[in-house]
Amino acid sequence: MKRITTPINEETRLSLRAGEEVIISGKIYTGRDAAHKRFVEHLSANGSLPFDFNEQIIYYTGPTPEKPGMPIGACGPTSSYRMDPYSIQLMPMGMKIMIGKGERDKAFQSKLVETKSVYLIAIGGIGAILSKTVKSSKTLLYEDLSSEAVRELEVVDFPVIVAYDACGNSIFK
Amino acid sequence: MRKIDQSILISNIKQLFMNAAVSLDSKVVHALEEAQKIESFALARSILGKIIKNQEIARNEDIPICQDTGVAVVFLEIGTEVFLDYDIEAAVNEGVRQAYFEGYLRKSVVNHPLERKNTLDNTPAIVHIKQIPGDRLIIHAAPKGAGSENMSRLAMLPPSAGVKGIESFVLETVKLAGGKACPPLILGIGIGGNFEKVAILAKTALFRSLDDVAENQTDRELEESLKELVNSSDVGPMGLGGATTCLAVKVNSYPCHIASLPVAVNIQCHAARKKTVIL
Ligand code: SF4
Repeated sequence: MKRITTPINEETRLSLRAGEEVIISGKIYTGRDAAHKRFVEHLSANGSLPFDFNEQIIYYTGPTPEKPGMPIGACGPTSSYRMDPYSIQLMPMGMKIMIGKGERDKAFQSKLVETKSVYLIAIGGIGAILSKTVKSSKTLLYEDLSSEAVRELEVVDFPVIVAYDACGNSIFK
Repeated sequence: MRKIDQSILISNIKQLFMNAAVSLDSKVVHALEEAQKIESFALARSILGKIIKNQEIARNEDIPICQDTGVAVVFLEIGTEVFLDYDIEAAVNEGVRQAYFEGYLRKSVVNHPLERKNTLDNTPAIVHIKQIPGDRLIIHAAPKGAGSENMSRLAMLPPSAGVKGIESFVLETVKLAGGKACPPLILGIGIGGNFEKVAILAKTALFRSLDDVAENQTDRELEESLKELVNSSDVGPMGLGGATTCLAVKVNSYPCHIASLPVAVNIQCHAARKKTVIL
């Protein structure tokens, strides 16, 4: 099992291979449907993203509200295919490491290879276990989106599997 | 007539959703454990182990099993001798509102499919009402996540398609869903009725007990053949391959038009949260 710490440089990113299990520690950033829509709107208005995702990880999740004293609620991955039309525009802008669940479309996969990005999956429906890996959480962007806001999470030993690597290999059946 | 107070309906709805979010049905847990025992592929076995561990943590520490605590689906079976002198849907919505706040559950409902403003209290619920004989009120509650609901499908097949047509539609649906619907799945299959009836049949099938079998022999045979077919697909836990793609298949049927063979496949993920109470 490989252990990596964020930020993740190009060499590490390119070394990841489909099927490999990886444990992540460090800061990762959440964002799902509504945040992606805003990223892309920001990009077309300003030619840049509101946050520099180079060497960073975006995690597709919309957690349950945290109980008093807890950093976060349940926080498993959401289905990634809904982000495909956005990711195609965001990978060339530096959003090259994504965590979600499930297969993605052909257009996404070819852009992934072209931009040497990687797509990681977490196990869906284990949000209680995954909440244990989150040590702290703060809202970074779009607080009005509540569960869909962009948060910065500090994680320790967050488990993922490499689904699509930068060479175009896939783990899915 | 037996009167059931509005406050009783509200508090029961609230309890059902708060419990459902954190405590997985023991029959589902048992089926997951059985799936883990027969699995020879190491990755699938380890995924099943994590799913089982997750529901344990959720139950013991009161953390939702999954962050998608869904749209609230409620089936009410109201006895003919039960008297409810208030707006039933409004009472259900009040119970849902309280459950999603007090249970720290995610509010996942938007006001309009295109305007998409979060309603901030997870209402409105989706409520189905049916009359039954007697003086009981039976409430079934399920927080239904979108990952599996989005992968559900409906087809109006020609009668000539028969069992083969149903089987290939179900298999195609499961393969299209792949890892996106969080397998291992439970499949609620409706056959017959018409366009809207078949969807309700499929949803109702998901509310059946995990270990029961269809009363009608044709439906029962279809449940068996579909389960075998789906589990031979090698989609497996989270779409990464393995022996168990579905834990159960439930078929509910209804008479239909001479020209129709409606089929609906309502997909339920492994986080199969549902609770029932009889008042
Ligand atoms: S499909 Fe089910 S287990 Fe998977 S994320 Fe959605 S609600 Fe959770």
